[in-house]
Amino acid sequence: MRNLFRKGPAYVTVPAQARAPAQTGDSLWVRCENERCRELLYVREFENNLNVCHKCEHHARLSARERVAQLVDEDSFVEHDKDLAPADPLDFVAAGEAYRHKVEETFERTGKREAAVCGTAVLDGLPLELVVLDFAFMGASMGSVVGEKIVRAADRARAAGSVLLTVNASGGARMHEGIFSLMQMAKTVTALAQLGAARVPHISVLVDPTLGGVTASYAGVGDVIVAERGALVGFAGPRVIEQITKQKLPPDAQRAAFLLEHGMVDLVVQRRELRPTLVRLLRLYAAMSRLHVERPAGNGVVRDASTGPA
Amino acid sequence: MSGNARVVLKSADAPPTTAWERVQLARHPQRPYTLDYLQLAFTDFVELHGDRLFADDAAIVGGLASLTGRTVMVIGHQKGRDTRENILRRFGMARPEGYRKALRLMRQAEKFGMPIVTLIDIPGADPSLPAEERGQAFAIAENLLAMTELKVPIVSVVIGEGGSGGALALGVADRVLMMANAIYSVASPEAAASILWKDGGRGAEAAEAMKITAPDLLRFGVIDGIIPEPDGGAHTDHAAAAQAVRDVLVEQLAVLDQCEIADLIEQRAARYRGIGVFRS
Repeated sequence: MRNLFRKGPAYVTVPAQARAPAQTGDSLWVRCENERCRELLYVREFENNLNVCHKCEHHARLSARERVAQLVDEDSFVEHDKDLAPADPLDFVAAGEAYRHKVEETFERTGKREAAVCGTAVLDGLPLELVVLDFAFMGASMGSVVGEKIVRAADRARAAGSVLLTVNASGGARMHEGIFSLMQMAKTVTALAQLGAARVPHISVLVDPTLGGVTASYAGVGDVIVAERGALVGFAGPRVIEQITKQKLPPDAQRAAFLLEHGMVDLVVQRRELRPTLVRLLRLYAAMSRLHVERPAGNGVVRDASTGPA
Repeated sequence: MSGNARVVLKSADAPPTTAWERVQLARHPQRPYTLDYLQLAFTDFVELHGDRLFADDAAIVGGLASLTGRTVMVIGHQKGRDTRENILRRFGMARPEGYRKALRLMRQAEKFGMPIVTLIDIPGADPSLPAEERGQAFAIAENLLAMTELKVPIVSVVIGEGGSGGALALGVADRVLMMANAIYSVASPEAAASILWKDGGRGAEAAEAMKITAPDLLRFGVIDGIIPEPDGGAHTDHAAAAQAVRDVLVEQLAVLDQCEIADLIEQRAARYRGIGVFRS
């Protein structure tokens, strides 16, 4: 048991004999990832708290699956475009490393075919198109598949007139897809321009970390941009900036509160506030003139689009 | 013009054979920059400064100019010729106020129905805290969004380095062309090597692997054409390089003039929506 209290990997496996007999093979305890906290957390409590440390409020990164489960109505998520998988347009091989192998290896390790998971879902009864990026798949870097999935989700949102919600985390562009990766920035934004022309809202949630070409394209042009508490958000990451400018950045630089202070995001929310915040936004957008005019409004102040603006 | 060549070439006249040699040519210190093209391929240039929000970014220049008698809005990245100018212009590494100035000028072009010409030459967006504080990512994103919908023809020419989102922020266009020795990539070869292998010294390998030369991009369908350079590279003869650029711009704008604006915007959207290679 002493081993539990040394500094070590973020996840600690409790030795088998220490486990309660009724438990499955999963570990019961997890350590807070925050280096300055390292609190030992009971897994079930941690999960009930949406993977946020109850002591220091550190928001642990979530898989796409966990994010979907936390965010939308139970069993409402219908995944689309699940089979889209990376190709290798550059035939990328360098220093003995082939993109093809890296993709295969990542697929085998994570069971994921790409970084973006997208689908149709319902949030508190309201329909939406959802895209979630999973940082575990090659740092959720944006290549052709991520770009295509964003475009298809935006098109579905446009056709259905339901809000597009993107939950973004990304290290930036996928180097292995070179110029195709860069062009996904223009591609995704083109679809968003068309979504905007149809007056369908895009809500962009930036979670830890969102950098590079993702922040600088579709994720950076939400009608509402929400940053999750503590999320690192920017174009160049702090390591790159420190390396090039030879300056040490303040610890809060490029974090969610810093972005709010500088006017770059609309809201910073705690994870437990994310869902209620999105519900409120969805209700407000649903009660606009153009979207879901047939929905009976809660307090009866919405007019039909045909009678002019409310 | 005799470049005091520090480039690694087999001989001054031999066409480059590797991507890394193209990188050296694209970065040649005597290569013509945006302001050189403005002087040689256009007339009556009047530079317009500032983003009306914060500052004037000297790493992006722009303004009104005449292209064989017709007024166009020209916007381009600008590198410095000497150390002092390079400090002022941060080696062409634009900041948010540069992108916002560009957007301001593009809006003006749209207002008056002037075509937009952009000249791309940026090693990469400025990696600094001030650029982040002022929303570099958001400034780039806003430019991309606006350019997909601008109601005037846009022609972009990558004249040197087309590096990262900072290049694309001026590069969403109806025609995208590259000078023969220009490069265009998602990140500078050194930055890509640093990201891929945590070793910025392996830029040459990254340059090859990322396929960043004009013939590569033409083959991928990402660009529409290659503008030939004088033998030995554009730095050997600025006037000839500018002449080639002017001829192509005149020709391409004449073609775009024939298109209805609505069709142009539709084709622009289709162009970018169609880029991507994946398995399904």
